[in-house]
Amino acid sequence: MPAVTPIVMPKWGLSMREGTVNEWLVGEGAKISVGMPILNVETDKISGVVEAADPGTLRRKVASPGQLLPVKALLGVMAEADVPDAVIDAFVAGYVVPVDEGVGEEAAEAYQYAEIDGIRVRYARKGGDGSAVLLIHGFGGDLDNWLFNIDALAERNTVLALDLPGHGQSDRRLPGKTLKDLARFVAHFLEAVGVERVHLVGHSMGGAIASRLALDHPDKVASVALIGSAGLGNEVNAGYIERFVAAQSRRDLKPVVEQLFADANLVTRQMLDDLLKYKRFDGVTELLTELGGSLFGNGRQSELPGQQLGETGKPVLVVWGREDRVIPAQHAGNAPRGATVQVIEGSGHMVQMEKAHEVNSLLKKHIAG
Amino acid sequence: MTRKISMKDAINEALDQEMARDPSVICMGEDIVGGAGAPGERDAWGGVLGVTKGLYAKHGDRLMDTPLSESAYIGAAIGAACCGMRPVAELMFIDFMGVCFDQIYNQAAKFKYMFGGKAETPVVIRAMVGAGFRAAAQHSQMLTPLFTHIPGLKVVCPSNPYDTKGLLIQSIRDNDPVIFCEHKNLYGLEGEVPEAPYAIPFGEANVVRAGKSCSIVTYGMMVHRSTDAAAILAKEGIECEVIDLRTLSPLDMDTVIESVGKTGRLVCVDEANPRCSIAADISAQVAQKAFGALKAQIEMVTAPHTPVPFSPVLEDLYIPSATQVADAVRRVMKGGRH
Repeated sequence: MPAVTPIVMPKWGLSMREGTVNEWLVGEGAKISVGMPILNVETDKISGVVEAADPGTLRRKVASPGQLLPVKALLGVMAEADVPDAVIDAFVAGYVVPVDEGVGEEAAEAYQYAEIDGIRVRYARKGGDGSAVLLIHGFGGDLDNWLFNIDALAERNTVLALDLPGHGQSDRRLPGKTLKDLARFVAHFLEAVGVERVHLVGHSMGGAIASRLALDHPDKVASVALIGSAGLGNEVNAGYIERFVAAQSRRDLKPVVEQLFADANLVTRQMLDDLLKYKRFDGVTELLTELGGSLFGNGRQSELPGQQLGETGKPVLVVWGREDRVIPAQHAGNAPRGATVQVIEGSGHMVQMEKAHEVNSLLKKHIAG
Repeated sequence: MTRKISMKDAINEALDQEMARDPSVICMGEDIVGGAGAPGERDAWGGVLGVTKGLYAKHGDRLMDTPLSESAYIGAAIGAACCGMRPVAELMFIDFMGVCFDQIYNQAAKFKYMFGGKAETPVVIRAMVGAGFRAAAQHSQMLTPLFTHIPGLKVVCPSNPYDTKGLLIQSIRDNDPVIFCEHKNLYGLEGEVPEAPYAIPFGEANVVRAGKSCSIVTYGMMVHRSTDAAAILAKEGIECEVIDLRTLSPLDMDTVIESVGKTGRLVCVDEANPRCSIAADISAQVAQKAFGALKAQIEMVTAPHTPVPFSPVLEDLYIPSATQVADAVRRVMKGGRH
């Protein structure tokens, strides 16, 4: 452990280049433990909390609220109390922002495209070593829902995340509207990108797809992690689905998207703009209406594959945000016998964004077995 | 896939995709194919600034070169719209609208009303607007207020390539007459535009930049002058919220009032002449509907009440600048109660 530890602007997701410091959550002199929230940062995608990666004492706040800084810029300095101020001054003065290898054109190249069953899908692949992990987003989402998770998981694993058909930057067509159709498509995607066996991580509808895939193709699946997942109980917030599909303006969409988070302040203008850009494409409203009607019609989930996962004998992790207003956290109680279940306080449906550090720790432990 | 293209290419792509999607979409205008009598080869000119270049090769006679008679072909376009087509007429410069004004304001704009809601007139009239092109007083006006004044017309004036494509597609699909104003000095502006077709609904302003000190409400090329001003002011600790109206009719007053409710200060920026302008309209509506929220006087930054000068020096002075916008914001920040 060096005498002085920098706290730097994090890189959340492939496209992040800079972030604005919103506020410090701890004062100079505070004792910091790993995972402790240190300051709030706003990016063009989302506001988030910078959590301590190392323990120590906060000695210096270098960045001030309102400052826009590049990824890896120095935000603060941690050191033990006996390190003289002069050493800290010298560290701050001598700090150079490292060149971020993932910036600009290279960031765009981090996204790849594959054609599966005649449908072109966008996906990201990160990390070269270790067993493969596939992240499957939920209804109306895209791979950026894993903004705060991809890099953390890529430390030890090969991480793949795709935009499901009809979602994000993938072609706006569906391979079918049942979980079986979508699970088959994901299985074909795994074949196309050369992955034989995978740890599945699914959020919301993506969790139901992951469960279906594990039941239909057990040979391809090493484990299943379900986050705020569909497929474990009947209830689903029909009003949310309807309003999400119908919303065409920022004013209509904002209160809907705010339902996804326990802390509505996390919803940024850019997040809404990105969603509107997706929702305005020809065919999206019809496609989401069809898919939503098939899987969540009349406020009932039509298929509950998660409840059968016990039959597969695969390790199962179930994570929920206590304040989930889309699929109730009580469904965690329907997890198959032997599953690890964690309900996280102070978080809504997008628990993997809102409590990224806790979810990443749970996922890493689950995947490592 | 999203890639960077110019505003001119965004217009071309919107026309191309809508013509491919809907056989009732046709285009007409002066030299939009390649000049009268031209065989329509691929490298034909495509309108006075080449916006429709290449479309004739794809869609053939659904693009028509018209005689040099605006009153004739704008009337023909409106008539075709009444009979089930979706014509997009290119009027070249909005300044020429005068010779075909009866067809627009007294016929097209009134049909739905006069025929008990049973008549639709899905015509789009595309026209270049704005100064800075060294084209003198008769080819440089910002006549958006003239059309916004008339009930029954929709008026669109985009500021960037993404909005241009989505708003033009929406204009073509809309069942009312739409005056689509293209700023000629923005044709070359590049921005990220998805290849796939999409429509941006009318009446939804875009918050280009968020801030809590002062609202700047504007549209078209002035969006860029205003964001430049906001960048200058940010260094002084003044955080401006810049609102791009995108469509002037319908007008998204909700977003304007919501913003003024937050900032308590308003500067309206309009490239049009000041009297009865969009800036004057917004100022009046805010004074009526959100007077209690205002902490200071409303300022307007507009062109002066003169024709557009031909002298380059004077023309540059005529167009509102970022400096003028920043000065207006500073006056508003100093003025009123605190």
